[in-house]
Amino acid sequence: MKRNLLFGVLLSAVFLFAAIISFVWTPYDHAALDIPNKLKSPYAAHLLGTDHFGRDLLSMVMVGARTSIAVALVAVGIGMGLGVPLGLWAAARQGTFLDELIMRGNDLVFAFPSIVIAILITAVFGAGAVNAIIAIGIFNIPVFARITRGAALSLWQREFIMAARVAGKNAARISVEHILPNVTNLLIVQGTIQFSLGILAEAGLSYVGLGAQPPTPSWGRMLADAQTLVSIAPHMALVPGFAIILTVLGLNLLGDGLRDHLDPRLRVART
Amino acid sequence: MLRHTFTSMLRYTFKRLLSLMISLAVASIVIFMVIEVAPGDPASFMLGMNAQPETLAALRSELGLDVPKIERYFTWVAGLLTGDFGTSYTYRTPVSQMIGDRLWVSLPLALYALTLSTLLAFPAGIYAASRRGQAGDIGVMGATQLGVAVPNFWFAMILVLIFSINLRWFSAGGFVGWDKGFFSGLHGLTLPAIALALPQAAILARVMRSSLLDVLSEDFMRTARAKGLTQRQALWRHGLRNALIPVLTIIGLQFSFLLAGSIIIEQVFYLPGLGRLVFQSISARDLIVVESVVMLLVFSVILVNFLVDLAYAAVDPRLRARS
Amino acid sequence: MSLLQITNLNLSIHGFDILHDVTLSIEAGEIVAVTGESGSGKSMTALATMQLLPKGASTTGHILLGDKDMTDMSEAGLCKMRGNEMGMVFQEPMTALNPVQTIGAQVAETIRIHDAAISRAAAEEQAAKTLSRVGLPQDRFPLSRYPHELSGGQRQRVVIAMAIALRPRLLIADEPTTALDVTTQAQILDLLKSLAREDGMGLLMITHDLAVVADLADRIIVMRKGKIVEQGATHTLLHNMQHPYSKMLFAAAGHQVALPKAPPPAPLLEVKNLVRDYRLSRKTLFGPAGTFRAIDDVSFALQRGERLGLVGESGCGKSTLTRALLGLEQTQGGSITLAGEPVFTGNAPNLSVRRKMQVVFQDPFGSFNPRHRVDRLITEPFHLLPKPPTGKDRSRAIDEALTAVGLTAKDATKYIHQFSGGQRQRIAIARALIIRPELILFDEAVSALDVSVRAQILDLLADLCGAYDLTYLFISHDLSVVRTVTDRVLVMKSGKIVEQGVTQDVFENPQHTYTQTLIAAAPVLPDIGATA
Repeated sequence: MKRNLLFGVLLSAVFLFAAIISFVWTPYDHAALDIPNKLKSPYAAHLLGTDHFGRDLLSMVMVGARTSIAVALVAVGIGMGLGVPLGLWAAARQGTFLDELIMRGNDLVFAFPSIVIAILITAVFGAGAVNAIIAIGIFNIPVFARITRGAALSLWQREFIMAARVAGKNAARISVEHILPNVTNLLIVQGTIQFSLGILAEAGLSYVGLGAQPPTPSWGRMLADAQTLVSIAPHMALVPGFAIILTVLGLNLLGDGLRDHLDPRLRVART
Repeated sequence: MLRHTFTSMLRYTFKRLLSLMISLAVASIVIFMVIEVAPGDPASFMLGMNAQPETLAALRSELGLDVPKIERYFTWVAGLLTGDFGTSYTYRTPVSQMIGDRLWVSLPLALYALTLSTLLAFPAGIYAASRRGQAGDIGVMGATQLGVAVPNFWFAMILVLIFSINLRWFSAGGFVGWDKGFFSGLHGLTLPAIALALPQAAILARVMRSSLLDVLSEDFMRTARAKGLTQRQALWRHGLRNALIPVLTIIGLQFSFLLAGSIIIEQVFYLPGLGRLVFQSISARDLIVVESVVMLLVFSVILVNFLVDLAYAAVDPRLRARS
Repeated sequence: MSLLQITNLNLSIHGFDILHDVTLSIEAGEIVAVTGESGSGKSMTALATMQLLPKGASTTGHILLGDKDMTDMSEAGLCKMRGNEMGMVFQEPMTALNPVQTIGAQVAETIRIHDAAISRAAAEEQAAKTLSRVGLPQDRFPLSRYPHELSGGQRQRVVIAMAIALRPRLLIADEPTTALDVTTQAQILDLLKSLAREDGMGLLMITHDLAVVADLADRIIVMRKGKIVEQGATHTLLHNMQHPYSKMLFAAAGHQVALPKAPPPAPLLEVKNLVRDYRLSRKTLFGPAGTFRAIDDVSFALQRGERLGLVGESGCGKSTLTRALLGLEQTQGGSITLAGEPVFTGNAPNLSVRRKMQVVFQDPFGSFNPRHRVDRLITEPFHLLPKPPTGKDRSRAIDEALTAVGLTAKDATKYIHQFSGGQRQRIAIARALIIRPELILFDEAVSALDVSVRAQILDLLADLCGAYDLTYLFISHDLSVVRTVTDRVLVMKSGKIVEQGVTQDVFENPQHTYTQTLIAAAPVLPDIGATA
């Protein structure tokens, strides 16, 4: 189990590192065209080969990591930033109209898969990477709200919360002082999982043109470019594909490992 | 007793149905409002920059754009309820007909994938749970860990590369339709369904396994063993049905993921489904089509969750009592 | 030959030694009670007999049921034995049944699993007979009932029915009544006893409750840390106890504390015609929502310096009353005043009333935020003070409170998981004491503790009464504890106070029929001559 955590940390670190490095250095300019060297399979000069414009795939993957990580990270931030307070609030007012309202609202948002939100936003405002962030972020809100509320509800039953109430503390203070610290582990674990799901979702949205637009490089768009050429240049599909798989795998292993490490009794809704 | 069960089931269904209708009403308002704020007038977009004001006004009234928004909303909802989804701005054909045609691709695809993923996941999850910690479990879990990480549209491209381009077992794109028989239609949807189903099956298998393991540590499993049931008998007779409760939730959620996934997968296989329809409509700014397709997608997600709620009550007698 | 003969049983789980050299036997028709505190290995002895041990367990020694040795029998062979030759009843009736199967199906399963040839109808008929035999007649408890439609005691009867359906030779009951109310406990114990006598079954009873042991068993086995320290026929053992640990255990169970004289009375807490209703969900589709009256016209007064007890079974409304007294719940009628001021003042708590009142809860593991240190935990009530002490004053208050409950100032920087259950309960008392409240509520405060620890906490309470002139309300289901630590007692049933009076009088001469039933049902520890 420890090995999984280590492997997860390592994989995630590699891609995070690649994304950061790409700000200052990439083997080639990721946008530089080099038609004579197009569709090259991996070789010494281009370690991961080139695409149909002769662009260096390694450089594109590095810069693409930036987009993926940024989109997924901000989306998780939106989900946590709005979902966690909503969940805490609903739990503090359990059984009241407010709780019902928040939870029904959650259910409703849940009925809009992120691609549907992205479709709506794109239809109205046009395409762009921000759409992907908003779409995935909105979808994350009910995820975090639900998991926070669920964990908070069981904490509210505990006697130490009762003791805090007897000490005259109000629901908001108890939520921040007693509930939140006890759900942090759960949120960290769910956060890594939503992060990895965000990367998958971003790739999907960019692939169908609802996410990052040229010239912003992204793994999903690299796959869209690869589609028609997959039979003559399979590496164009394999390179970004493996980048996605390895990042997501790393984050998932990290999440699982953290869960086992932080609290073996923790249960996380993996959806 | 039986009567009691019946009325409690009825009350439960009624409550769920009520919440289904409220959800649909709110969803329709949200979708309508989002589309309404869309900048640009579809009529002027369709006619181009140099349209005559009279032609524009005529088109606007033809499309029903000249009445107040509230009225348009209710006209739209009334249309949805009667199956009249309006007329496409670009194609000038009834939207319901366009959607109807595409639905015959998207819906079978989602159901096909759901069936495949359930058929794969249940045995895998049960197998892993019953071999907890052993080589079989570790193998299945490793495979699912990978499966969860694979983007379905990338997997679809790889399937096309192997089975269509190299082996030529399937066509690389397009859809023959159902006219040539059920099985040739099914054959055409097989690769997309596999691409959709495998990653979902990986998630479902993991949920199945962990849910079963949770149930295995329940007190009543020990009671069952004390009666003389073998581990396996206890698992099948007492564990499975109880483990099914969280699994049902995931199956419900999966449907929405499958639907979303199928929109993307249709691009890989050039399938004439709802996904392609919606992308064409976005680029043509045919918002009435986008609006209706989105409403349909949301409706199906809400409907599936309603069905899952009913399935819960069928599996768990406590839920019927609680409502 | 004995029915069950365990010889030199050693058990370790993942390398941890659980049982050492356990040797015991049970004759047919004999009731043997194994007792001891938590960690004594009594439950593991039971599970080892059934061979239902957790993963990673390894045993040496022999467990002979008749002429068959459980320790070297195949799994298939064991499955044939379980449910057929030996049955088992567990502690938690609420979770011991499959929630999604009818009780009929679950009882019939015992029969069908051991007899492939029997028809479903015949098995169900036999299941119905067995259920009737354990006190669940078909006209009121048809086979089609689900577990959630039954009470705890009724569920335990179903579990017993499953265990005895095939009239096994040995019945093992692992704390079968610990989760049940005292009147239900008495019924279940009677049932187990009569079943054992009627069928000539050997009954291996695992329990921590020494009064139950003394009442029920033919023979007693006392265990401690995985070893048998003493065993013998009940009468002989009780009156001629040899091992110091058994002596300590039985003395602690019947532990009496000498409360100091109460200071002169003055009215403190006054409850008048209190009513608390809960809304129920609708019975019919459109019918009106019903209400459930959890507290029904309750009135009582608590004098300053008085030690008041509140007894009643689960669901009688004592938890609701506790929450109402603490001002945590809105009530629908009547009033609660503390020193003349109302306790409940809506969502904004009235701090001046709250600071006069503190509470100690039952669960020593759930009462503390695991992420805070002891100093922060016990100073939480300072929130109630207009000017909470800081710096030196604060640390002095912490030291004082910790010392008062028998801990040291050094414990202030530790986390709660570093303490045992008894120590945690001391910390809980320190938390209640730190703002010198005028009233403390003890909500089942010693119910989760082992008897020896419980005796220490009760002693502490008596000491604190002397030192701080405590006024408290002691809420408990345990009559023997209430009897020793209170001056006056309230008896509660279905939301009403059915009887109240001086503790001694109520226990010796109960007036209300319910109080009489309650006291009659509570198993009593016999006088144990020299050690008492």
